[in-house]
Order: sequence, then structure tokens, then C-alpha cells
Amino acid sequence: MDFAALGLYVASFVGYTANLYRDRRWIGRVATLLLILALVAHYDALLERSRIIHAIPYDDLYGSMSLFAWLVGVTYLGLETYHRQRAVGSLVVPFIIFWMVVAMSVAPASVLREPRANGALFALHITIGILAYAAFAISFLLSVIYLVQNRVLRHGKPGLAFWRFPALDVLERMSRSSVWVGLVALLIGTSLGFVWEHRLTGRFAIADPKVLVTLIVLAVYAAYLMIVRAPAWRGARAALVCVCNFGIVLFSYTIVNLYFTNFHRFF
Amino acid sequence: MSMDSIAERNDAAPRGRVAIALIGCNHRTAPVELRERVAFTPEQAVRAANELCQMGVIEEAVVVSTCNRSELYGVTSESGESTPSAMVSYFTDFHKLSPAELSGRLYRHAGPEAVRHLFRVASGVDSMLLGEAEILGQVRDAYNRALENGSTGPVLNRLFQGALEVGKRARAETEIGARPMSVALAGVKLAERVFGELKGHSALIVGAGAVAEQVVEHLRLRGIGELRVVNRSLVRAQELARRMGGEASDWANFENQLDQPDIIVTSVSGSEHVLTRAIVERAMAARSGRALFVIDLGVPRNVEPETEGLYNVYLFNIDHLGEIVVQNKKAREAELPRVKSIVEEHVAKFLAWQSSLEAAGLLDAFRARLDAERRSLLAAHFANLEGLSENERARFEKLTEDLINRIVQLPSARLRQARKLRRQLEGLAALRELFGLDDAPNESNGDSDDEAQS
Repeated sequence: MDFAALGLYVASFVGYTANLYRDRRWIGRVATLLLILALVAHYDALLERSRIIHAIPYDDLYGSMSLFAWLVGVTYLGLETYHRQRAVGSLVVPFIIFWMVVAMSVAPASVLREPRANGALFALHITIGILAYAAFAISFLLSVIYLVQNRVLRHGKPGLAFWRFPALDVLERMSRSSVWVGLVALLIGTSLGFVWEHRLTGRFAIADPKVLVTLIVLAVYAAYLMIVRAPAWRGARAALVCVCNFGIVLFSYTIVNLYFTNFHRFF
Repeated sequence: MSMDSIAERNDAAPRGRVAIALIGCNHRTAPVELRERVAFTPEQAVRAANELCQMGVIEEAVVVSTCNRSELYGVTSESGESTPSAMVSYFTDFHKLSPAELSGRLYRHAGPEAVRHLFRVASGVDSMLLGEAEILGQVRDAYNRALENGSTGPVLNRLFQGALEVGKRARAETEIGARPMSVALAGVKLAERVFGELKGHSALIVGAGAVAEQVVEHLRLRGIGELRVVNRSLVRAQELARRMGGEASDWANFENQLDQPDIIVTSVSGSEHVLTRAIVERAMAARSGRALFVIDLGVPRNVEPETEGLYNVYLFNIDHLGEIVVQNKKAREAELPRVKSIVEEHVAKFLAWQSSLEAAGLLDAFRARLDAERRSLLAAHFANLEGLSENERARFEKLTEDLINRIVQLPSARLRQARKLRRQLEGLAALRELFGLDDAPNESNGDSDDEAQS
């Protein structure tokens, strides 16, 4: 099923790219439809895996990355529908494809390991946490597109893609929406983690490096949402802040998970 | 006109040879002074089409008239070889010009060349501004006017519907119309790249100039909110504001107004900068750093170039915009081969349809000729064979009729199905001549009668 999903993601990417260059509504609709089908197929693959391990598949690198890719797709689809903008699909979908390919390349060949039985609250904590990372990843992509578009507008020779990508104002609004999704998800996910831990141990592990970095992530994205309200910070500066913030997210998702915490190391 | 009646006209395709004729002039063949004189108003276009049909010069007519071209499209029967000349005479008389004034200015196309010309026009490759979008709407308007007026018929209906399809495909499948081609539109499109929709945004026009007015026109089309005009002469500013649908402001108050607009268009004559970096810096502080888009159309420049470095200030002068227009022009030119291929595809499609009409007409004529020969032959023989009963005569009639049906059946099927064969026959003219299908019926009947009697 993974291969079917991957094939549909690739087809969707082709559709989004064709839509960018041809600017025909029906091509864009087909691309969106293909993305929906890819997400359904991908969901089916995740579900199949869940049935085997009797849990949401986040417990190894493969499952975690695959779930992340799926949530990026779902979040992007929500943004596309809300902002009625398809042009950035040609850059977001390759990002999903990249994570899918990486996930598939590290997929365990042997029988899947069952995760520790931590209950529904824990599963929700992790899933919502990954959703937050997916939303931050999209805001990062949108901010990078903003910075490139801004540079082309000021100094470059605008090509066809320049005229077809959303306006800077629209890119900023999309990025802001994505950060809102991420921030709310991270807030809920972290709270659920605290509740779960308190139920289990009767205390809060505030000193865990993962928790500390997560609180920093919450703070920097909250700061981003504050500064984009000030006209003097809106634009390229805000986009740059968003790009830098994602650096902390990556740090939290990779280095912290692998080297600094035992509590949050799942693979 | 209802769709049913249009369909009815399309179905009632002529079964015989028809030729498309075109005469006209455009920006390549005639200067603007002459184009102004030969332009048709919509009412004149309808009248001209009617008169051409009523006079019998052509059977169907459409007049396409824009600021860059005036063209008459007509359908003639095969006997109308002098039609283009008659169309030229009408064109000259209609505009009260002497033939000498139009000498060398008019082009004439017939058949495939006329079809190709219209398809090129609709696709925008024949326009002064390569790939411009307006021409497709103008062709559509011209056709719809003629259609409502009833001066079109099956051939021109098919031709113009094909042209509209070519125009749509050229714009949808290629980039011929994708990028702005005028300085004014490029400026406004760039502003859209910053703000998205311009509805609700405000603009300040500083000074007056033809290009600035074009910019305002594009801004208005995009629903710009507030529009203010500032000029050294308040009277001139008021006049411009009235024409542009904005408000005029005093020049002395100009600097205090910079905190409001999102877009500033400057077009002031003079050697000093109207907007210096210091002024814009103060304005940005007053507007809390909100993005400002400045289009400097002045030569020499009205805005100090160092202003470009200010955060959230987007400054484009006439050279920047000119460069973008040149880039876009090159990009559109690179699309020409793809547009030409769409045009050729539709020309071939139209000619195939036209050939199928001719094929049907030829077979009808061939059958009619054979039938006439049969009747003539039978009449002559029946006169000599008095002993034949009514039944026997009827059987003879039936037998000869079946024979003709069998003779016609095979070529009929082949001509209708084999497009390649129709092309090889080159318009079927040779076949018509071979079988004498264009001759008067009595030319050959005489011989048959003589033979039968002998």
C-alpha cells in the first residue's frame, strides 16, 4: 500500500507542477484529487500497520516518519482548501514524497515490534505532537518560498513560476495559519503528555531535555505570531524568524530525541 | 438567436464547393491614420455584412474590426472567383475611399490561407502586442454580432467556432498570454505579487502622465480602494481625479499623505527627486513599517534609488518594468512554435470538414447526373419499345436505379471515410471536371438521346 500511496503522491506532484505551468483549474483539481487519494492510500497503509502492532505506528523511525509525511499532507490539504491556493502544492508534495521514501528505505524487513502498551492518552500525545511538527514544517516551506519570491521580486528575473505562485501577503497568511495549527497542536499534545505522565508517576518531568526544548519551540512560535502582528516585522523578517524556528523543531525532533533524552526516545 | 437555430444552421451545411474569402488591412499593412478611416463601428459591421449578402457578393459574412485591423470574411460559391475584387470594391466604397488610397494596403486571402489567418488572429500571434488577450473577445463579439444578425451560415459558424477554440487553446496550453506585456500592467501585476488582491488597498498618484493613467486604469479594474491624485497644479489634479474616479489633494500636503497609500505611482517631470530616501523613511515610520509599493514612471527618476534598500519598500522604475516586459516578450516569442502547431492542427481539421462537404456535394451531383442519364436513356428506349407492359417498365426502372446505387455506393463510402483520399483528390475539382458535373444538364443529354434513337 505504501507503494500505491507513493505512486499517487508522485502523480499528484506531476499534477500540481502541470497546474503551475498551465494554470488550468481542472488540472489543479485533478492534482488535489490525486493528493486526496494518496492520503487515503497512505492512511490505509498506516492502518494496516496499526492493526498488526495494535497501536498507532510511531514507535519506530519508519512509522514515525511515515505518520509525519501523512500529517504534512493532511495539514497542507487543509491549508489549500482554506486559502484556495494550489500553486505551492508543487513544492509541498515533493517534501511529502521525500519523507515517504526515507521512511520506506528504513522500513523494518522483519516482523514489526509491538510498542509498549501506554494507552490512548499517550498515543494521542505523540500523534498530536507529530501533527504540530508537520504544521511547522509546512510553515517553514512557505517561509522559504516567501523569501525566494521576495528576492526574485527585488533583484531577480521573474520566471513563469514567479507569476503563478501566491502573492507574498498570501504566503505569509498561509504560513501564519500553519503556525497556528502547529502551536495549538503542540500545546494540546504537550498538555496531554503532562497529564499522562502525572497519571502514571504522579509528577511532571519538566527537567527532561525534550520537554524543555518543546517549551522553547512553543515560545518561539508564539513570539512569531506576536511579531507578525507588527507591520514593521511582517514580511521577510517574519519569514526568516519562521525558518529559524523550524531549525529548533528539527533539533528537537532529531538530536534531542536521539541523544539527549531517554524518556522521549522511541527508536 | 437560440442554440437550436444555430445548430440547425450548422446542420444545413452546403453540399458542394464553397470558398472562404478574406480581405482587410491591419497594423502591418496600414498606418493608424488609414486604420482609423476603415474601422467599422458595431452597427456599421452589421450593415456591411447585410449589404454584402443582399448584393449577392457573398453568401455569408462576418466583419472583424478592432483598433488594429478591419477585415471582411465571406463565403462564396465556386462561381465567385471575382468575389475578393467585389469585396474590395465594397470596402472602398463603404469607407468613401479611392482605390489609390488603399493600394498596397489591403491583403486578400482565400481558402486555407484565409482560415489560417483567422486562427492566427484569434490566437493572438497576429496582434501588435504578441499574445494579447483582448483580440479573442473582439473576434467573439464580431462573430456573435454576425450570428445574431443572421449573416453567418454553416461555413462561417464552423470557421469562427474553430477560431475561438484555437484562441482558448493557445492561451490555455501555451504561455503566449501568460505574462504582462506593457509597462503599466507589469507594474500592477508586480503590486499584486506583494499584496495579493488589490481590493481594499489604496493608491496615490503623484503627477500625471499617459502611462500613469494606464496604471490607474489597471488598478481600477482590480477594484483598488481609495485613489488620491496629487499634482503641482491643483486644477490639473482635480481634472485627473475626476477622470480617474479619485480624490485630488494639494501638492503642499503631499508628504503628509504618504502614510496612507499601499501603492504610489509617480510620474512627475523635473530633475529633482520627489521622493527621497529620507521622506520615504519618515513615511515608513508613520505607517508602522507597512509594505509600500512604489512605481516610478518618471524620467529622470522621481524616487531616489537608495530608497530601494528600505525594509518593506518595493521600488520599480521604468527601466525595471521595461526589462520585465522585454523578458516576457521573449518568453512569449518562444511559445510561437507551439501556437503555430495548434493553429495548423485546427486548419487541417477545418479543411477536412470542408472536404467532407465537397465530397458529399460531388456524390450528390454524380448521382444526379447518372439519374438524369438513366431517365433520358429509358425514355428514349421506352418510346421504341411499345410492347412493354407497365410492370416490365417498372422493373426496368428499378433495375437501372439499383445499378446506379451500386455504382455510387463504393466511392461514396470511400470518400466519406478516407480523409487521405480526399486530400489526394485536391478539392475534388478534377473529379467534377472529369464527370462534367458542373456542365449544364442538356450538354451531354443530347448525345445520349441521339445514340438511343439510333
